[in-house]
Amino acid sequence: MSARVQNLLLPIAVVVVSTVALLFLAGTNPWDPIRFIIEGSIGWPPFEAGTASKIGDTVMVWVPIALASAGLIVTFNAGMWNIGIEGQIIVGAIAASWAARTISAPRPLLVFLTIVAGAIGGMLWGLLVGVLRTVGGVNEIFGGLGLDFVAVSITTYLIIGPWSRSGVASTSGTDIFPDAALLPSFGGTRLSPLAIVITLAAIGGVWILFRGTLYGLKLKAVGANRPSAFLMGIPTNRFLLGAFMICGALAGIAGTSQATGFHFKLIPAISGNYGFLAILVVLLARFRAFWVIPISFFFAMIAVGASQLDLRLDLSSTLGGVLQGTLVLSAMLGLGWAAYRARKHADAADSAAQDAAT
Amino acid sequence: MSLELRDIHKHYGPVRANDGISLTVAEGTLHGLLGENGAGKSTLMKVLSGFHSADSGEVVLDGKSIKLASPDDAIAAGIGMLHQDPLVFLPFNVIDNFVLGSPGGSRLDRKKAAQEFAELCDRYGFNIDPASPARLLTVGERQQLEIVRLLWLGARVLILDEPTTGISADQRSKLFVTLKALATEGMSVIFVSHKLEEVADLCERVTVMTRGKVVGEAEMPVPPEQLVKMMFGQAVEVKDRPAVDHGAAQLKLSDIRTASGMLSEEPVSLEVRAGEVVGLAGMEGSGQDAFLRICSGMRNPRSGSVQIAGTDLTGKNYRDFLAADVKYLPAGRLEEGLIEGLTITEHFVLAGEDRGFFVDWGKAKKRAEAQVDHFTIKGTEASTAESLSGGNQQRLLLAMLPPRLNVLLMEHPTRGLDIESADWVWEQLLARREVGTSIVFASADLDELLRYSDRILVFFSGRIIGELDAKATNVDEIGLLIGGRSVDSGAA
Amino acid sequence: MSGFLTALGEMFDTATIASIVAGASGLLFATMGETISEKAGVINLSVDGSMMLAALAGFVAAFHTGNVWIGFPAAAAVGVAAALVVAFGNIKLSLNQVAIGFVLFALCTALSRFLGSGYVGRQPVAVPAWDIPALSSIPFFGPVLFSHNLIVYLSMVTVLVTYWFIYRTRAGLALQGVGERPEAAHSRGIPVNKLRYLYTAIGGALIGVGGAAFTLDVKVGWSDRPTLNFGWIVLAIVIFGGWHPLRAAFGVLLFGALQAFALNLQPEFPTFSQVLPSIPFPAMILALVVVNWKTLLDWLDRYPWLRSILRSDPPTAIGTRFEVS
Repeated sequence: MSARVQNLLLPIAVVVVSTVALLFLAGTNPWDPIRFIIEGSIGWPPFEAGTASKIGDTVMVWVPIALASAGLIVTFNAGMWNIGIEGQIIVGAIAASWAARTISAPRPLLVFLTIVAGAIGGMLWGLLVGVLRTVGGVNEIFGGLGLDFVAVSITTYLIIGPWSRSGVASTSGTDIFPDAALLPSFGGTRLSPLAIVITLAAIGGVWILFRGTLYGLKLKAVGANRPSAFLMGIPTNRFLLGAFMICGALAGIAGTSQATGFHFKLIPAISGNYGFLAILVVLLARFRAFWVIPISFFFAMIAVGASQLDLRLDLSSTLGGVLQGTLVLSAMLGLGWAAYRARKHADAADSAAQDAAT
Repeated sequence: MSLELRDIHKHYGPVRANDGISLTVAEGTLHGLLGENGAGKSTLMKVLSGFHSADSGEVVLDGKSIKLASPDDAIAAGIGMLHQDPLVFLPFNVIDNFVLGSPGGSRLDRKKAAQEFAELCDRYGFNIDPASPARLLTVGERQQLEIVRLLWLGARVLILDEPTTGISADQRSKLFVTLKALATEGMSVIFVSHKLEEVADLCERVTVMTRGKVVGEAEMPVPPEQLVKMMFGQAVEVKDRPAVDHGAAQLKLSDIRTASGMLSEEPVSLEVRAGEVVGLAGMEGSGQDAFLRICSGMRNPRSGSVQIAGTDLTGKNYRDFLAADVKYLPAGRLEEGLIEGLTITEHFVLAGEDRGFFVDWGKAKKRAEAQVDHFTIKGTEASTAESLSGGNQQRLLLAMLPPRLNVLLMEHPTRGLDIESADWVWEQLLARREVGTSIVFASADLDELLRYSDRILVFFSGRIIGELDAKATNVDEIGLLIGGRSVDSGAA
Repeated sequence: MSGFLTALGEMFDTATIASIVAGASGLLFATMGETISEKAGVINLSVDGSMMLAALAGFVAAFHTGNVWIGFPAAAAVGVAAALVVAFGNIKLSLNQVAIGFVLFALCTALSRFLGSGYVGRQPVAVPAWDIPALSSIPFFGPVLFSHNLIVYLSMVTVLVTYWFIYRTRAGLALQGVGERPEAAHSRGIPVNKLRYLYTAIGGALIGVGGAAFTLDVKVGWSDRPTLNFGWIVLAIVIFGGWHPLRAAFGVLLFGALQAFALNLQPEFPTFSQVLPSIPFPAMILALVVVNWKTLLDWLDRYPWLRSILRSDPPTAIGTRFEVS
C-alpha cells in the first residue's frame, strides 16, 4: 500500500473505529443511534413527507454553523484563532434584536435592517478582538474568550434588565419580535430560503476570496508569514483587522438568524454554542470552504437529530456532542499521526540517500 | 584537557555541513577556528557540545573516546559551550541563571551559589549584579555570566561561538584577557570566528574551515595574508568590472541619529548616487542592520533627514519608502522575504503591479513560468518557497523585485549560496546599476565587499568608523577597521 | 444605595469569608494545575472540559464505592489522561496546542454530559468536615482557615507547595526554564520534552482534583455541567495572576468574593448581580493589555519592587513546540 493511501486511510479508520467503539460502550449497537439521528433531523427514510418541520429546523441550525465556519476560514487563513466567534454571534444577535425591537418598517426593509444590524454588531465585536491584538498586543485567543463572556453578560443583562418581558423578570428571553422583523420562512416551518441563500453566498464568497482575489492571497500571506508580508508592502495590521471584521460580520448574521429566524426572540444562550461547533467544523474541513457545507450540515443533523435519542433509545441526547467531538479529535490525531509517520519516513529516506552517496 | 575530533560528518538534508573534520586541540591552548559564515564551524561546535549528534566520527578527550548524545554528556565530560547569542533566561535573575541546570539535590541554596558566583567574578574581574534580571545585562555581561557558570560546572574545554558579536570593545578586550588567563590555567579554549583580526590577536593555533572541510592549519603568529589565502583560496584581487557613470544622489541621509543603541553616538550623513554600490562592512550587529532599517523606512531616526531621489521622506513609514521605489531584502530569506506555503506564482502575484480585485491565474501562471525560466530558478511555478534551495530562494527574491528601483538595500546577498548562484546574483545586481539603481548591501564577506562595492562603510560598535574607496583599499585595512583598531585612516 | 452598602458590609462577615475560602478549593487546585502546565510552556486549553469530565469521574467513583477518597484519584487520572493527549499531540505529532486543547474541551464536556446523564440529582458521600483541633478556635482565623475539611486544607497547601516548588527548588527552576527558553534549558542538559510531559500531567492531575472538589465538596452531587465555565475562569485567572501561584490564588479568592457579593446583591440589584461574576474576563483582558503596554513597562523598569508586584511576564515559550534538531 502506498504511503499516500495509508495516510488517508489511517485517519478514517481511527474515526470509524473510535465512533463504533464509543457506541458499543454506550450500550447500543452503532446503527440505531445513527438511524434515529437521521430520522430526527431529516426523516427516515430521508425527506419523507411530513418531515418538513424537522428539515426546516436542521437547515436553520446549519445556517449559523455554516456562516460562522465561513467566517472562521477567513481568520484562520490570516493566522488567527478567533475563539471570540461566540461573542461575535451573540453581539450580532443583540444588534439584530435591537433593530427588530425598535425600528418599525415594512417587512422586507426591516428584515434587511436586522441583518445589516447583526452584521455590523458582529463586525464591531470582531474588530475589538483585532484591535486588542494589533494595538494592545493581547493574544486573540484570550481576548476573544474574554469578550465571549462579556457578550453573554450583556445578553443576560438585557434580558432581565431593559429588555425584560413586561411584568416578568425571567431569564427565558425577551418578548417575541414583531412578525415584520422575522426572517421570512417557508410554510409553517422555520426554513428560510433567504437564510440559505445568504449562507451559500457567504461560503461561495469565502471560496472565491481565497481562490481568485488578491485580497485573499494577501490575507493568506499575512497569516503565513507576517514579517515577509509586511516587507512585500502589505499593511499587515489592516489585513488582520479586516479578517476579524469579515468573520465578525458573518458571525453577526449567524446571530441574526438565531434571533429572528430560529428563536424569534433574544434568549440567554442565543449562540447555541454554534461558534465553538464551527471551530470544530473548520478544523475537520481543514480550512477549505467547500467542505464546510456538508460537514456543517452533518453537524447540524447530529445537533437536531440527537434530541430524538432520549425518546427512542433512552440514550442521552448529548451523544450528539460526543460524536462530534470524537470525530474531530480522532481525525486530528489520525492525521497528526500520519503526518508524523510521513516525516519520519522522509528523514529515513534522506539519511539513506546520504549514506548511499558517501 | 586535550581534545581530538576524528573524521566528523554531519549533514542536514542535502547539505554536508561537516564533511570529514579532524582537529586536535592541545591542553591549555587557545585554538582558533576560522571560516566564513556557513563554513560549518557552528555545526561542528554543536556536535562537540552534544546539541546535535554527528552522523559519524569520533570525539576523543584525553585519549578516551566519548559519546556525546546530549548536552548532558558534554557537560559531564567537561565541555562547555558559549553560544553566539548567550543562552540565558532573560526574565530570571543572574543567580537563577547561574544555578539553573547545575547538579544537586532538590534544595536550592541561592546564598551559597551567590557566594561562589561572587568569588568567580572576582577572580576574573567581572562585575555583574547577581540580583539583576538577565534581560537588563548587556550581551557582554551575559557572556561573562555564562563563562562563570561553565567554569563553575567544571568545564575544562571552553567553546566560544562568535563571542564578539554584539559586545563593546571594552568587553571584548576583557573577554580576551579572561580567555588568556584561562588557557594558562590549563583550559583548552576553542575560539570560533569569521574575523581574522580577533583570531590573530588571541589564538596560538588556528584551523581554517571552508565548505564543511578543514582547509588549513597554522601555528600563530602567521601573517594575515596567509590566513586570508586559506579562507578564500587566493589573496583577494579585485576584478575589473564595467564601470557605470554615477548619476544624481538617490539616497541622501543628513545628520541621522537614533535615540539609543546603534547609531546614536554620532550623526551619520551619506549620499549614494544612482548606479553606485556601497558595501557595509563590520561585525554582525555593529549597526549595519539599524542603518539599513533607517534607509528603508522600517525605522525612523530621532533626528536628521532622509531623502530618496530628491524627495524628503523623513518620518515616513516603510510603505512610503516602498512607493518611492526603495526595496529592502533582509538576510532571512524564508523569515523576512518569502512566504512558506505559497507557490512561486503566488509570490509573483503578490509582488506584481496588478492591483485588480481578482487574480487572473492563467495569466499569472504564464508570467511565473516565464520568470522561472528567465531567472533560471530550479523549480516550477507551483513550487512552494520552502521547497527551493537557498540559491533559488535568492533568485526568486531578485526576480520579484520591481523593474524600476531607486534604492536597493540588501543584507548578505550571497550568504549560503554556491559560487554559481552567488555570481549570478551579482550579475543581476550589477545589471541594475545600468538603470540607475543605487545598491547598499551589508556583508560579512570581505571578498564580496571589495569585489563589488564602489565605496565601503565600516561599522564598529554602533558607529561608522571608516569610509573607504574600494579600489584603493585592501583586506588588511578593512580588517583593522572592522576590529575597531584604527580610526585614523579615512574616517567619514 | 443603602442596599449596596449593606451587601458590601456583609462581605466582611467572618462567615462570608469562611464560605469564600471553603468554596475556592476546586478553583485553587485547577488554577495551580494550569499554572504549572503553562509555566512549562504547555497551554492546556481543555481545562473547562477535562475538569468537568474529571468531576464526573470523581463523583462516579465515590458514588459507587461509597468512599469519597477514591473519588479524587479517579478524577486525577482523568485529568492526567486529558493533559497527556494535549502534550502528546503537541510534542510528538506537532499539532497546535490550542487546536488539540480546544477539541478536547468540546469532547470532554460532551462526554461528561453523556456519561453523567444517569447520575443527575444523585447524592454521593461528601468530604467530611474536620476542624483542625486548637487552631480552629482562634478567633476569626479559626473559622476562616481552620474549620473546613481536608480538601480545603489541601487546596491551601497546594498553593503554598506550588509556589515553593516553582520558586524555591532546583527542579522548579528547571520547570520555569523549560517554559521560558527551551533551547537554553536543553543546552544545560535538562530534558525539555520529558519535563513538559511530566508537568502537563501533574497540572492535569490538579485540574482533575479541582473538578472532584466541586462534585464531592463545594457543591456536592452531579448536575448537568456542574462546573460550567469554571475552566475558562481558571484560564483567565492564571493570566490575571501573571503566571504566579500566589497571585493566581489571590485571584481565585477575589473571584469567590465577587460571587458572594453578587449573591448578596441579588435581592436588590438582580441585573447587576447577574453580570458581576463575569468580571474575571475583562480583568484578564486588562491584565494582558498591561503586560504589553510598552510605556507602562518602561516606567515600571525604574521601580523594580513595583514591577515585581504589578507584573509578571508570560513564559516566553508558552504555546510553542520544542524539537531537538
